[in-house]
Amino acid sequence: MGISRRSALKAMASVTATSAVSAISARPAAAAEAPADAVGMLYDTTLCIGCKACVVACADANDRERDTAWSEGKWQAPVDLNQHTRNIIKLYVDGPTRSFVKQQCMHCIDPACVNACMLGSLQKREFGIVTYEASLCTGCRYCQMACPYNIPKFEWTKAFNPKISKCELCNHRLAEGKEPACCEVCPREAVIYGTRADLLAEAHRRLEAHPDRYVPKVYGEFDAGGTQVLYLSHVPFEQIGLPDIGPRSVPETQRSLQHGIYQWFAAPVALYGVLAAVMLRHRAKQGNETAGNADGGQP
Amino acid sequence: MSAHADVRHAPGPVGGAFFTPGVKIVAVVAGIGALAIVYRLAFGLGAATNLNDGYPWGLWIAFDVVTGTALACGGYAMALLVYILNKGQYHPLVRPALLTSAFGYTIAGVSVVLDVGRYWLLWKVPLYFWHWNLNSVLLEVALCIMAYTMVLWIELSPAFFERGVTAETPWIRRVSERGLPFMKKALVWVIALGLLLPTMHQSSLGSLLLLAGPRLHELWNTPLLPLLFLVSCVGMGYAAVVMEGALASSVLKRRPEREMLAGLGQAILPVLGLYLVLRLGDLVWRGQLGALFAFDLYSVLSLIEIGLFIAAPLMLATERQRADMGNLFRAAMVLVLGGALYRFDVYLVAFNPGAHWSYFPSVGETLVTAGLVSLEVLGYVMIVKYFPILTGRAPEARAPILART
Ligand code: SF4
Ligand code: SF4
Ligand code: SF4
Repeated sequence: MGISRRSALKAMASVTATSAVSAISARPAAAAEAPADAVGMLYDTTLCIGCKACVVACADANDRERDTAWSEGKWQAPVDLNQHTRNIIKLYVDGPTRSFVKQQCMHCIDPACVNACMLGSLQKREFGIVTYEASLCTGCRYCQMACPYNIPKFEWTKAFNPKISKCELCNHRLAEGKEPACCEVCPREAVIYGTRADLLAEAHRRLEAHPDRYVPKVYGEFDAGGTQVLYLSHVPFEQIGLPDIGPRSVPETQRSLQHGIYQWFAAPVALYGVLAAVMLRHRAKQGNETAGNADGGQP
Repeated sequence: MSAHADVRHAPGPVGGAFFTPGVKIVAVVAGIGALAIVYRLAFGLGAATNLNDGYPWGLWIAFDVVTGTALACGGYAMALLVYILNKGQYHPLVRPALLTSAFGYTIAGVSVVLDVGRYWLLWKVPLYFWHWNLNSVLLEVALCIMAYTMVLWIELSPAFFERGVTAETPWIRRVSERGLPFMKKALVWVIALGLLLPTMHQSSLGSLLLLAGPRLHELWNTPLLPLLFLVSCVGMGYAAVVMEGALASSVLKRRPEREMLAGLGQAILPVLGLYLVLRLGDLVWRGQLGALFAFDLYSVLSLIEIGLFIAAPLMLATERQRADMGNLFRAAMVLVLGGALYRFDVYLVAFNPGAHWSYFPSVGETLVTAGLVSLEVLGYVMIVKYFPILTGRAPEARAPILART
């Protein structure tokens, strides 16, 4: 009646072998590179005066409702990114040190949100911009679980047709030959628009010209596999909400594991064959032993 | 394989009235759940749930889908035992296990429909194959679960056909008469699918959270997540079969299959051994023992979770312990709790979107979940009463009561 420990372990092993073996042999995928035509933004905390003109301009440009919840309907004052707010300015205070910081989608080179999305509603489209296509979105919100910067927001208040809302680098304005609204309206050029290559060069130029002014790093050059929105800051990046994720892109762990297991779908097909073969063998044996018992493993 | 031919173990309908007082209570809970579902559909996720932009996944995903389908791995775990390890004597437990699995997965599917914001587009997921993002683990999970739910009902179809051949309606009889021999031939291939698909998606339910890596607490953030989810779901599957076997026999007044359930208690041991080696080995390997004994919220929850996984095998160590039905039931429950806590930990506790976000299920979410579980119970009772699922004879004293129907 008892099950021998050895045979049970053997079976467990045969079932888990596929995933285990592939997990170990999983090769790290080649790091993604920015698309040749990648555009982006460069934000500089030392230039931003916190006027929030960009917050208003962003809501206007993207037909967002005003977020007046905090002031009970009186004025636009979002407390965080949300379904109405794709761009926000926050003030970081720590004693005498203070810094404004702008938050919006980073347009990652290898975006976790895009990796998550089942039908490619979120995708890196023209210029490497991560855009959203509602007709392919099921509202599963895996993109929200995945984004390391907490960017995609969901229209929670809508019972019908809620969508994901996030900065799409004003791609509709770019198509008209205009700049992103936030960059156009900024009175201090604290956030500027350009190709990623140009912005990176500009960032390094500023770092070299004013080494005393900045943390010596361009956030987004390599972070999380690189992003198309870049930051310069005079306070440590982690303190203004830009986590130290390391140079590895976020989806890489999962993807290399998954590709290891499901490469050409070979392992699942093989496992299927093995399982069926084992059962057919048992059934054949059983048929010999108890001839006339037609039950042959019927559930 | 004498067990197959043994009439004592042949499945048969339980019979009896459907609306017992217990069933009525469960039906009321299901009814309230249905109202909560109407509310969610009418007023949206923001109104009905406490989900937010920090915690976009909550009770419905962590419990109904991730924990629910792991508990519904009874069919998978039993198929492994009976068809792959060739332990034919456990055959009588396969059908009831498949039935709970079929309901568990179906309910998980309903939860997903309620949870996603744009459910009217879900049909595109299986059909728009030219849009499939093959990097999306969620896509794999979704397709696998859809397919497996169908496979489960197909695996179960002989039970319906067996009843159908005695039906009065001619077409039902005809379909059943053709279906039975067909299923007999096709079964190996269907069962093989029924083993492959859960292997894929139960591990992938662990892989899903790898994408949240930077925001996942180190105690749970490991590339072994898929393997840990897979191994623990097999253990939870056996535990669920034990609990279901014990509960069904006591509630439906059947004699429990004691020896078989005790045997399952033993089958759990190597599975849990493997799980513990992986879970603890991973923590040592990644140098997280310090975090494990930091005695903050995360450490305490992991310790409880690992403690439950250690307690279960200790309660099942000897033959005497396993022969004691009460103890067996409690051990299974400990294991189920451990597996459920592990899943809640990964999906809700380890996942940290930032200090200013918090989540606790709303009344509405809880009512929906309770309602769906009740619906599952109702469906189970209804089917075992009218279709040949359960074995285990009714005790003699009860026979006249059953004979009345
Ligand atoms: S910041 Fe988030 S939403 Fe934007 S591209 Fe990266 S992962 Fe996607
Ligand atoms: S919510 Fe929509 S956009 Fe986000 S991952 Fe799901 S399907 Fe894609
Ligand atoms: S690029 Fe456009 S959408 Fe993005 S933050 Fe700026 S104004 Fe808003």
